[in-house]
Amino acid sequence: MDRVGYLLADATENLYPARMQMALSLGWHIIFSCFGVAFPAIVVFTEWRAHRRGNPELRELAHTWAKAMGVLFAAGAVSGTLLSFEMGILWPGLMEPFGEVFGFPFVLEGFAFFIEAIFVGVYLFGWDRMSPRAHMLSALPMVVSGMAGAFFVIAANAWMNNPTGFDLVDGRVVNADPVGAMFGPSTWPQFVHMLLAAYMVAGFTVASVYAVGMLRGRRDRYHRFGLLIPLSAAAIITPIQIGVGDWIANVVAENQPVKLAAMEGLYRTGTAVPLSLGGVYTDDELRGALEIPWGLSLLVTHDPNGLVVGLDSVAPELRPPVNVVHLSYNVMVGIGSALLVLAAWLGWSWWRRRRIPATPWFLRAVAVSGVGAIAAMEAGWVTTEVGRQPWIVYDVLRTAHAVSPAPGLYLGFYAVVAIYAVLTGLTVYVLRRLATRHDTPAPQEPVPAGPTEEVGVR
Amino acid sequence: MTLPEAVLGVMFVGLIAYGLFGGADFGAGVWDLLAGGTRRGAAQRALIEHSIGPVWEANHVWLIFVLVVLWTAFPSGFAALASTLYIPLTLAAFGMIARGAAFAFRKSVTGLGMRRFLGASFAVSSLVTPYFLGAIVGGVASGRVPPGIAAGDVVHSWVNPTSALGGVLAVLVCAYLAAVFLCGDARREGTDELAERFRVCALATAAVVGAVALGGFFVLRADAPLLFDGLIGRGLPVIAVSVVAGLVSIGLLATRRYALARLTSAPAVATVLVGWAVAQYPYLLPPALTIAEAAAGRTTLVAMLVALLVGSLILVPALIYLYVLFQRSTATAQHPGVPATAPAESGAPGP
Ligand code: HDD
Ligand code: HEM
Ligand code: HEM
Repeated sequence: MDRVGYLLADATENLYPARMQMALSLGWHIIFSCFGVAFPAIVVFTEWRAHRRGNPELRELAHTWAKAMGVLFAAGAVSGTLLSFEMGILWPGLMEPFGEVFGFPFVLEGFAFFIEAIFVGVYLFGWDRMSPRAHMLSALPMVVSGMAGAFFVIAANAWMNNPTGFDLVDGRVVNADPVGAMFGPSTWPQFVHMLLAAYMVAGFTVASVYAVGMLRGRRDRYHRFGLLIPLSAAAIITPIQIGVGDWIANVVAENQPVKLAAMEGLYRTGTAVPLSLGGVYTDDELRGALEIPWGLSLLVTHDPNGLVVGLDSVAPELRPPVNVVHLSYNVMVGIGSALLVLAAWLGWSWWRRRRIPATPWFLRAVAVSGVGAIAAMEAGWVTTEVGRQPWIVYDVLRTAHAVSPAPGLYLGFYAVVAIYAVLTGLTVYVLRRLATRHDTPAPQEPVPAGPTEEVGVR
Repeated sequence: MTLPEAVLGVMFVGLIAYGLFGGADFGAGVWDLLAGGTRRGAAQRALIEHSIGPVWEANHVWLIFVLVVLWTAFPSGFAALASTLYIPLTLAAFGMIARGAAFAFRKSVTGLGMRRFLGASFAVSSLVTPYFLGAIVGGVASGRVPPGIAAGDVVHSWVNPTSALGGVLAVLVCAYLAAVFLCGDARREGTDELAERFRVCALATAAVVGAVALGGFFVLRADAPLLFDGLIGRGLPVIAVSVVAGLVSIGLLATRRYALARLTSAPAVATVLVGWAVAQYPYLLPPALTIAEAAAGRTTLVAMLVALLVGSLILVPALIYLYVLFQRSTATAQHPGVPATAPAESGAPGP
């Protein structure tokens, strides 16, 4: 084989592990990002209530959460670093032609994260050292830059889904307009959906920790506040999120009809299409699905007889893996609906009786809601990313043409799996410690006088 | 100065900042590694933890900044670099993960076994990451990264004499910077014995750096003639500044003027990076890809430059605030729960 032959062979060998490596690193990072985006607002709200009401339990809660936020932020920063290496290491064929088009939001994101990293440090350090007002003000940049950072990253991802802001002349990129590229049709719906998802993930997860505590009999005010504050935030957001889900689905239908067809397992283009739940897609057909007549046509075109494009509109090699996309989409929507029921339950009880529902079933539901929200979010990302296949830049660049042909690249995947396994274990261990022992310091915090000597001991 | 050069210049400021702040962080890890047995090294490790605890995260974002500017403004250079040098880049990234994770979790665990594991991964990765970053610089500077995706040799691009020199120098320079910064921190916290120990470390490292740098000239002459010519030609004034600043900071260390030694050791290190840039100008990837050839389109570069300027207007005051807050807190450590005698944060190991 000549050199070109070798390179092509390597690229083929690298493609699958590279995709899995990217998926694993992103899927891991995004959980922590959710806390980076949403937790600061929840923490500072609690701190504000604590000062207003002079309530020591609330203050203790806010402090514990601030520490957890520090740990989560550090884990997010660490995993994010690997991501920015991977964009080049795994996908040089994406960065070379398009870096100048969609790299720009990452630069802005860099500033946002920088500001956030600084103020997370200030906020944790300033606990007990600043006046309450100055301390809460120092949290404001965290809230804003977390949100801005999410916007910029999502803008880059939305560009991959709906590329704008450049022209192709003879296969070469010209007239790159990085600002225009940030505001394609997917950017706003994806950003809003992700922002709300971040609040749901953070809210339900934190609440679930206290639900477990209450199920074990710790029903003091501390636990009740710990459950109620994050849960209320998440519960208010859930119905909005489902509305936004409808918006984003319409944007997908309009711009990426093949992805929508895969989400619904729809082969034949047609009118009066039913909405299919569940089922397995084989031989160009979805079998065993529960069908709601006219459902899909109604949702997508707001007309029961509307036309919906199916997978038959493109050649077989341009279709994504339908089962993965359909299943993960159903998981997201299913969990989203279940969380809506939970939110309604809380809302009803609060409206009628001003209290958390008394039955242990409610607490059990809250206890699993955190894992559920995370699963919904991961499923949403799988829908988006796998549904885009085989394109890395929709309708412009194939994933197979973007992967690096460097020999041996695929080995990195195994290393990444091992590293993330260790990292996950450590994160869980430390967070559990934080939950049980409140004097555990966060990474950005000064160590209190007592155990100082121990820090050096190893 | 052309537009691409301006953007590259701003990126280089970021790289220097990473070299100084991140470098001192890594170096501190090296001293953590060499601190000695569990009991004996405890005080030294505690000081190190105190010095970088609150700021390591901010210090490390500089590298992210360098990467994203590179891939947006010089996409073809970035793609060539990342694909050919993927092995050292991956290993450096793993080092950063190990280090960051150790930092994030070390304080919160108490079991001795776990602490040992995290401490060791912190220390070892403090050697690994600078070595590979230095090796990457060596690979680029000696012309082993051709333009094109994975066009270079994925092994010899970083396993070669210049890369070895770059890696070793990077580790040593980080260790030197850290020792100088820690001298000042130790004295401010009133542990003169530790300050004395770091002073000896700094002086010894300086001697080794000098020896390696001298030997390096012969390595470069044989292995990277183009770079060598640039260094002794256009780069000579920069090298001269570096040597002078280095000697002055050694003199200041010898006479225990730590604050001034900080101020002079920073330019001594920064000029090493500047010397590299000057020597390989006008190439981004010598000897084939120039800065102009690798640059993105005008619209992108203008947008970048505006973003970088506006962004730094927000960023720089915030950073200064962070460092000042931690430095000042030394004087005002009297606080509920924090006895006045507690060694408070000394803040940035910065110049
Ligand atoms: C807590 C999380 C969560 C919940 C409850 C939902 N989603 Fe979602 N969804 C996400 C979290 C998410 C996400 C992870 O944030 C995604 C991935 C990419 C994105 O921008 O948002 C997403 C993507 C995503 C997409 C694909 C967008 C694209 O490919 O561009 C669609 C069509 C929907 N969602 C629709 C819905 C609907 C109809 C829901 C109603 C129940 C819903 N989502 C609930
Ligand atoms: C917002 C920023 C994101 C960017 C810029 C991004 C970018 C990418 C890139 C470059 C690839 C490889 C090419 C491809 O397979 O098309 C990819 C694949 C993938 N990403 Fe994303 N991604 C983002 C968010 C996420 C998140 C948060 C997840 C969480 C689970 C995710 C899940 C995946 C999966 C599952 C794949 C593999 C798809 C496949 O190969 O079938 N992505 N992404
Ligand atoms: C939906 C996608 C993403 C969101 C919402 C997001 C959000 C965040 C947030 C909020 C942080 C701050 C740390 C934290 O809070 O945990 C962070 C860190 C980081 N992210 Fe992501 N991220 C996403 C995807 C990506 C992608 C695709 C990349 C790179 C290609 C990336 C690169 C980074 C880097 C380098 C950091 C570390 C910055 C630091 O050290 O402070 N992120 N991310």
